[in-house]
Amino acid sequence: MKLKNNVGREIPDEILKEKGYQSFQTVDFGNSVIQRDAPKVHATTENNKVVDSLQDVVLKTVKDGMTISFHHHFREGDYVFNKVMRLIIDYGFKNLTLAPSSLTNVMNEIVVEAIGKGVVTNITSSGMRGTLGDAISHGALKNPVIFRSHGGRARAIESGKIKIDVAFLGVPNSDAMGNANGMDGKTAFGSLGYALMDAKYAEKVVLVTDNIKPYPNTPASIKQTQVDYVVKVDAVGDPDKIGSGATRFTKDPKELKIAKTVNEVITHSPYFKEGFSFQTGSGGAALAVTRFLRQSMIANQIKASFALGGITKPTIDLLEEGLVQKVMDVQDFDEGAAISMHKNKNQQEIDASWYADPANKGAMVDALDVVILSALEVDTQFNVNVISGSDGVIRGAIGGHQDAATAKLTIISAPLVRGRIATVVPNVTTVVTPGDSVDVVVTEIGIAINPKRKDLLKLLTKIPGVPVLTIEEMQKKAQEKVGIPKQLEFTNRVVALVEYRDGSLIDVINEVKE
Amino acid sequence: MEIKKSAIAGTLESSDVQIMLSTGKNGFEFELESDVAKQFGDQIKETIVNVLKKYKIENAEIRVIDKGALDMVIKARAITAAQRALDIVDTPQWEVL
Amino acid sequence: MMKQKERLRRTMMFVPGNNPAMVKDAGIFGADSIMFDLEDAVSMSEKDAARYLVYEALQTVDYGDAELVVRINGLDTPYYENDIKAMVKAGIDVIRLPKVESAEMMQQLEVLVEKAEKSFGREVGSTNLMAAIESAKGVVNAFEIATSSKRMIGIALSAEDYTTDMKTHRYSDGQELLYARNVILHAARAAGIAAFDTVFTNMDDEEGFYRETELIHQLGFDGKSLVNPRQIEMVNKVYEPTKKEILNAQGVIAAIEDAKRKGSGVISMNGQMVDRPVVLRAQRVMRLAIAANLIDEEGNEIEE
Repeated sequence: MKLKNNVGREIPDEILKEKGYQSFQTVDFGNSVIQRDAPKVHATTENNKVVDSLQDVVLKTVKDGMTISFHHHFREGDYVFNKVMRLIIDYGFKNLTLAPSSLTNVMNEIVVEAIGKGVVTNITSSGMRGTLGDAISHGALKNPVIFRSHGGRARAIESGKIKIDVAFLGVPNSDAMGNANGMDGKTAFGSLGYALMDAKYAEKVVLVTDNIKPYPNTPASIKQTQVDYVVKVDAVGDPDKIGSGATRFTKDPKELKIAKTVNEVITHSPYFKEGFSFQTGSGGAALAVTRFLRQSMIANQIKASFALGGITKPTIDLLEEGLVQKVMDVQDFDEGAAISMHKNKNQQEIDASWYADPANKGAMVDALDVVILSALEVDTQFNVNVISGSDGVIRGAIGGHQDAATAKLTIISAPLVRGRIATVVPNVTTVVTPGDSVDVVVTEIGIAINPKRKDLLKLLTKIPGVPVLTIEEMQKKAQEKVGIPKQLEFTNRVVALVEYRDGSLIDVINEVKE
Repeated sequence: MEIKKSAIAGTLESSDVQIMLSTGKNGFEFELESDVAKQFGDQIKETIVNVLKKYKIENAEIRVIDKGALDMVIKARAITAAQRALDIVDTPQWEVL
Repeated sequence: MMKQKERLRRTMMFVPGNNPAMVKDAGIFGADSIMFDLEDAVSMSEKDAARYLVYEALQTVDYGDAELVVRINGLDTPYYENDIKAMVKAGIDVIRLPKVESAEMMQQLEVLVEKAEKSFGREVGSTNLMAAIESAKGVVNAFEIATSSKRMIGIALSAEDYTTDMKTHRYSDGQELLYARNVILHAARAAGIAAFDTVFTNMDDEEGFYRETELIHQLGFDGKSLVNPRQIEMVNKVYEPTKKEILNAQGVIAAIEDAKRKGSGVISMNGQMVDRPVVLRAQRVMRLAIAANLIDEEGNEIEE
């Protein structure tokens, strides 16, 4: 039997039953009482946790069937994941659950290998791309992957849904007892936001570093009270590949036009006033929005109380100019943002729970006024897909999308079409973020406003030079350009589950048929 | 009409399509490379075939490398390739447009 | 179709005719005129390809209210005649001929355009023409070129070839173009058609671009040819009327309405008679103000 959930998706009954899932109902989290889970602690009074052999630590900590975790703060420059997974595969461990904060492209090959050898039999992640996404979409893993947002992962860890046995956390510095941060050293990446969850909740925490500092190492984001081993290796990452490259302002006229329109929407909204807060994310258009927003803030003498989420250098510039009071920083996308962390006391490192977890005594996203988010697809119900491509293959990550979309003004910024692929479609391939939490879609041909936001409809209709379309009109315009694609074909087999941030099931991804 | 010589039109830039025509014996034989082959492969072929038929071409080997081209681009490149293959670039058949 | 004389032509954006990505998106930047280039932007071996790409784009892409212009290859090239046929068949608004030096060149073009209009069943006279002046001889003959055909909607200065012909090059202060700009402008105004200034290619010199645009705006040019969509906003900013100009124009328009209502042939404002040039200027200010989103179609101010 198949039931439709509140975003119209059919979720197989047996999945709900077997995995103990509720079907997605609402974007409102409510005021539930939640029991959190605490990890076991292996007490020690010794003064040195440094071990030279990663092999020894892997053999001592990992057992068949365990859940192991990693963070993705080194992004495409990560060495730690491959070093550890190589050992785990070579030692022949079986049936492990892989629970990293996300999976970047450098991790793909070894995960595919680990799946093939039965080393990894379960995965939960924010997302995946490339050869790994392709393998999963073609049924490489028997058990469905579980995709969770950053806030959703924090919730799942706190509540014991993800019970991490061993966390292998690469850090750019640590002392001999495990006091470590992400902001110093040649592989500095700034905020340790996602890894802080693992450090707090994993039963065994293994720090991997190439830079042992004198004791006590401060500021300590990860603390010695949480760490079991400190492993010294030659290198934890490639500094050149950690950042998303230089933060160059886009010169693409279409991206600029979209960014300018996004800024018009923000500045004509009721939220653009003294003390407002915003999140812009990364990518060319997002950086351009930050720059246009800066000009508008100066022109209107408006300052923001905080900028949230993944941070880039242009946002740090706003902080240093006094246009933004605080930067609440869960990860840093470029070197400029990463290295500024220890000199700017108003650039506060926050963990994923503080950032985005709904099962909380308040998360930062609850106070967020404006967010600009991207989309692979958005449909006429305003549902957004950021995880599967138009060919049905997994190639993205939820990231903080679902979480930040709960902001008072959620703007989806995307080109109307990419090549021959429409962005605005009748039905998204996979629902990741429900349309109920999306307010405005901005494309190069104009904007579409969620009809539920009658207030915005009124305020944003008269912006000079910004046409307002219904989302259906927008979808039609896209279709006129590209034509009607052939329906994708999937098998009945479910290869991935997409959780909403509250832990309910919002959609499933099926195996693609070739 | 018979294809007089192998011809190529279009580039490998994003939003373009490269179409190569050469003589064939068994109707239209396609080799298609495209990121959107699943969704638009049949339509891409149909657009090209329609153009070739207008030029009365009945047999051709057609190699297509698509970079996400819109239908109008595919049509324009097919026209260009057909005229080049038929060696009528300087005296185009206006009624085909 | 908008009356040719009333059309704003602040921005004429060049689009390389063989570039699908740019051809398909050319309509989204708000250019008053879009000029598809079959000439210098297209290599010799791809002239046919560009011609059909632009042709197909004109059949399918929605370019909104923009005036659609194509720069064809010169009369001394083997592509000239086929360019004309394809573009007339496509129903282009305006054909721009490069390197024009005499009225005769435009008349020769007109004959071929009319022939093409007849053979493709398009209304005779529906294809407009414009000339790019790129040499000393062209400048000297500017007026005869501007008045060469009823189809003429404008003449444009093309400074790269012109400065070479003049044995100089472009300088940042534009002194070397002063004569040509004034001659072309006068020829255009005397003929009652539009005058377009040359392109400014250094995208990194924003200050220089503003300086040049302010100069040609002051001289009286309708607008400028542009190489990048990012320049559109900058030109529009220069052509934006001031609040004072708008208020004054609104007063003149109100006086016209008033005179019409009273059935009076004399328009007066604040007790003074309003001359025809004042009326024309007011109407142009209102068109510019509407285009700059400063007032709406009814002439009401748009609140910020």
